[in-house]
Amino acid sequence: MLDRKAELHNAYPGYDVLAKWRSPSWNEKTREVIAARLQVPDEPQFLTLDEFEVLTAIADRIVPQPASRSPVPVAGLLDQKLRAGVMDGYRVVGLPGDGEAWRRGLGALNAEARARHDCGFAAVADGDQDDLLRRCEAGELNAPEWAGMPSQIFFKHRLLRDVVLAYYSHPTAWSEVGWGGPASPRGYVRLDFNDRDPWEAAEAMPGREVEARRINRNVR
Amino acid sequence: MSDDPLHSPRAINGRAPDVFRPGRWVSMKQYAEHEAVDFVIVGTGAGGATLACKLAEYGFTVVALDAGPYFRPLEDFASDESEQTKLYWTDDRIVDGDNPLQLGSNNSGKAVGGSTVHFAMVSLRFRPEWFKARTKLGYGADWPIDWREMWAYYTEVEQALKVSGPVNYPWGPPRPRYPYRAHPLNAAARALARGCEALGIGWTETPLATLSAPRGLAHPCVYRGFCVTGCSTNAKQSALVTWIPRALSAGAEIRDLAMVGRIETDANGLAVGVHYNRQNQWRFQKARNVVVAGYAIETPRLLLNSATDKFPDGLANRSGLVGKNLMAQANQAVWGEMDEEVRSYKGPPSLAITEHWNYEDEGKDFFGGYAYMSQGPLPQLWANTQATAHGLWGTRLVEAMKRYNHVVGLKIVGEMLPQESNRVTLADEVDQYGLRIPRVTYSWCDNDKRLIDHSVAFMSRALGAIGAKDLWVQEDDTCHLNGTARMGDRPDNSVVNADCRSWDIPNLWICDGSVFPTVGGANPSLTIQAIACRTADRIRGLSRVGEIRLN
Repeated sequence: MLDRKAELHNAYPGYDVLAKWRSPSWNEKTREVIAARLQVPDEPQFLTLDEFEVLTAIADRIVPQPASRSPVPVAGLLDQKLRAGVMDGYRVVGLPGDGEAWRRGLGALNAEARARHDCGFAAVADGDQDDLLRRCEAGELNAPEWAGMPSQIFFKHRLLRDVVLAYYSHPTAWSEVGWGGPASPRGYVRLDFNDRDPWEAAEAMPGREVEARRINRNVR
Repeated sequence: MSDDPLHSPRAINGRAPDVFRPGRWVSMKQYAEHEAVDFVIVGTGAGGATLACKLAEYGFTVVALDAGPYFRPLEDFASDESEQTKLYWTDDRIVDGDNPLQLGSNNSGKAVGGSTVHFAMVSLRFRPEWFKARTKLGYGADWPIDWREMWAYYTEVEQALKVSGPVNYPWGPPRPRYPYRAHPLNAAARALARGCEALGIGWTETPLATLSAPRGLAHPCVYRGFCVTGCSTNAKQSALVTWIPRALSAGAEIRDLAMVGRIETDANGLAVGVHYNRQNQWRFQKARNVVVAGYAIETPRLLLNSATDKFPDGLANRSGLVGKNLMAQANQAVWGEMDEEVRSYKGPPSLAITEHWNYEDEGKDFFGGYAYMSQGPLPQLWANTQATAHGLWGTRLVEAMKRYNHVVGLKIVGEMLPQESNRVTLADEVDQYGLRIPRVTYSWCDNDKRLIDHSVAFMSRALGAIGAKDLWVQEDDTCHLNGTARMGDRPDNSVVNADCRSWDIPNLWICDGSVFPTVGGANPSLTIQAIACRTADRIRGLSRVGEIRLN
């Protein structure tokens, strides 16, 4: 996988799903919803500043972003969801409501970091942050701050899910994976293998990055 | 804010939204709360909307209540997964058991039209033998309905939804031509077909309730691929754009944002109406008959929450079976990557299907069957699957997501067996209406696990045979919820009879997926609608001979 990584780094060069904003692929409601999302600030309104700092550090490990573009405000998007009180539709036994679970989980991860590294989670080195997250995933964390919430349930059903959904709700992430994006009412015409409508992203096959970039710049 | 359907009811003042024309309205008859209507129906999904339409067309007075909003798809639906979670039932619910269900997205709906507003439109008939699963196949329970009768009702629903499907269906007894032609296959569907052909089993274009030709004011499907987040072009033949408009023009009243909290019963043990919350007020609608159509969790929840001194264990529950025998369907998948671009986000997600293992019993070490279909997850769903089911995060996740356009997957709808221990009970916590919330307990039995093992082994071979690489199995997923108020032929082994009429309270009916004694390996919506059509016919027949309370 490692040698593939460099090749995959920018799979869809020059593609920006937002270039279709005024196209027949974006209806009025979609523009309204995405415009609001693009305005979400990377600052807390639900969480405290300390909690938000931990969340930002976690998001950097779960969905690392390249330095070459402006980052998706993952923590800000998630904070907004918590503030709006939008829930999933189920709670695994042992997990409190979303906001409470996050407050408790962020506090507990911070406490675990302090106990092991003498500093808060956000100040711990990347590799040690990953180690803490892996222990959380495996259910090995049980500082008193968890207050009965199993760390692996928090990791799978809250932390991982919420961070990943927040990141992939953003047009920047859509462009990164070469998805067509919003598609109403235009939809698609070409459906078969290796079939691409002119308003879809072109993938940069090895040696053909320049061609892909040229095509993607004209996607509307 | 006044036109925010999530907060202000739209079906008021003698009119309801015209879902086909932006900004327009259709007239709606309204009934006084203090005058009993013939039927008050709780829920407007596949069961409730269908029944409301049919009963209104037969001349009964009908009020149908839904806890959710009355959407205008052309104006309210964005091409956006996050925004469209507004279609789901996301109220507080607790899950436990060995295999806790993930509720909310693919198994619930909170809207006029219920979960048909975001269903995948897969419209399958049950295998005839499933209606006598105990007698003919040796597991589960028999339905008190004959498959030949269902065959006629399936035809009625397929016509009502203008289902698009293949010219010849490869499995089961003959059926009429589908009303509309099949949709073209996308690459994901072609991958399914290639795999089936490599392994020597049949496949076909999936019968889908989305238009392949114009119908009235609705255009054909544009293959935008957002089906399970709500169709913004009205190609999807949801209850919201089919049964509900028919119900309105036949004189039914729909009340949106109306959450029913309790069914009232009188000293004689008969239902007399429902208490419901609308705009933060508790109200009461009188009715001669009450129909519960809230699906497999809200239906038992309402019956249990309506307990009285006379019915201390909840309504229609003398058998003790209300809430029990909850059946999800197995929804395991095998995923891989093709060298070719697949771009499975285009078109309805499940354009091709094989029901081979629903109809073939040779070589099985388990009871029941499964279908499997091609898949087309949108990025959020796919990322969440890669994270929570595949365990990827960090650079591995972000890099895997860049292969999104090459992903191919096969996913089952698999039969799970009824078990009384899989059930809906009431938790002590209350929701925003002050009603006790449901606790949903679910554990797979050994048969469920053997079915799953068989399916993932077979689908892995199918993907391997077409050159898909880096295969992995999504082990923990379920879809569709049925059971919890099963129908049967005796009061001691079931909650309702074949007519969906409760054994205990003759003017209390249950008409949704709750009544299924078994689930088969097929998506349930077509069967729920067929049962509702049958129930309407039975009610009309019974009323003609004076066996229904209408005064």
